Amino acid sequence: MSLWREALLVAGKDLRIEARSRVALAQILPFGIVVVLLFAFALDPDRGVLARVAPGLFWIAVLLAALLAVGRSFAVETQSNARDGLRLAGLDGAAVFLGKSGAIATELLGLELVLGLGVVVLYDVEVHGLGVLVLAALAATVGVAATGTLYGVLAAGLRLRETLLPLLVLPVLAPVMLGATRAFEDGLAGAPGDAWPWVALLWIFGVLYTGIGVLAFGSLWEND
Amino acid sequence: MPLVRCRSVVCLFGRFPALAGLDLDVEAGEVLLCSGPNGAGKTTLLRMLAGLVPAHSGEAEVLGSDLFSDRRSPRRRLALVGHETFCYDDLTVRENLRFTARASGRDGDEIDAVTDRLGLAALSDVTHARLSAGQRRRLALANALVREPELLLLDEPHAGLDEAGRAVLHEVVAAAPAEGRTVVMASHELELARALATREVRIEAGRAHAITAAEARAANRPDQEVQGR
Repeated sequence: MSLWREALLVAGKDLRIEARSRVALAQILPFGIVVVLLFAFALDPDRGVLARVAPGLFWIAVLLAALLAVGRSFAVETQSNARDGLRLAGLDGAAVFLGKSGAIATELLGLELVLGLGVVVLYDVEVHGLGVLVLAALAATVGVAATGTLYGVLAAGLRLRETLLPLLVLPVLAPVMLGATRAFEDGLAGAPGDAWPWVALLWIFGVLYTGIGVLAFGSLWEND
Repeated sequence: MPLVRCRSVVCLFGRFPALAGLDLDVEAGEVLLCSGPNGAGKTTLLRMLAGLVPAHSGEAEVLGSDLFSDRRSPRRRLALVGHETFCYDDLTVRENLRFTARASGRDGDEIDAVTDRLGLAALSDVTHARLSAGQRRRLALANALVREPELLLLDEPHAGLDEAGRAVLHEVVAAAPAEGRTVVMASHELELARALATREVRIEAGRAHAITAAEARAANRPDQEVQGR
């Protein structure tokens, strides 16, 4: 079986589990919405502050929800020690990485769509430069999913993984946070030309961490 | 050429040697029983043979692969039934088996036959989370069989099984040599396990000891060949 078929098998399994358990739909998505709502309560929308900082708030909400999605992705592997079953199947570690990060990215894209609509409505944001926003969101999602998956497997073998995962991942994701926020600011301000360098940075980050994950995940997965 | 060949194998958990210079050969078609007290190293032995636990020194070959240089290659030709099912709570019996079969490079055509054989056909659309402990043990065995393993590793296979489940287990193990399968099992249910085993070794303090003829007679199985290292 090819690497991509193995990756699709793992991604399909993870997405089926999420569709069946509805954790992403009933817990992670509402969590993201609550974060967006709390920002709306904390910063008065009448003063225009929310609209100005909407890109940053949006990506903070996405990153926090992504932490839950990553934790969940590895939590299902601890059920009945399913992780050993996956290892026994002899799947390529790179395929497991691509499958897991692909499933997380799919969930995050759905989450971003809903949160994006929420931000537009609640924060009174006018949308310009949709193309650059979509490309920036895709690149940032690849980076977040790849980094989360890589650090997720690192934390999965640790006793204090729930608290360690955010400490490990969030500092590494600072460039994504910065790049995605700037790209969204420029895109929403109707200056997509200024956004492209940030979009390029996001794609470089995403490809870099996907490459590192493909190379390193297997040994981390084997040696928990 | 034995299917499993271990020489002076040491497995460490931290500084504790779970296996401390273990020697063991397993020939194709054997049903080997590993007996011994708790903490002797039986589970570690099975997990090491499955490539889930690394050996630190010695020589270890499984299905022709040196476990020190390649722990992954033998995995698609063996299966381990451990203390847990290796299944996902939110997938049904059929979905779990199909995933295992496909992940192991099989097409999954044998799933119906395996569920029929293990009495799981009526539970095919039930999620793992809703199965009883005994049903989960059967699923764990089914999960191993859909991979059509040449080497079947069973860790306490009788635990949690009712009479019917044990009968199914015995049928599977008894039929293993005829199906081209070699079995290595660790068990505390010695009376039941000895009825199936063609050979027994006792694991103590991380080493394998042959069961002597006197011990075999004491165990009421004087007719069995006694080997072991």
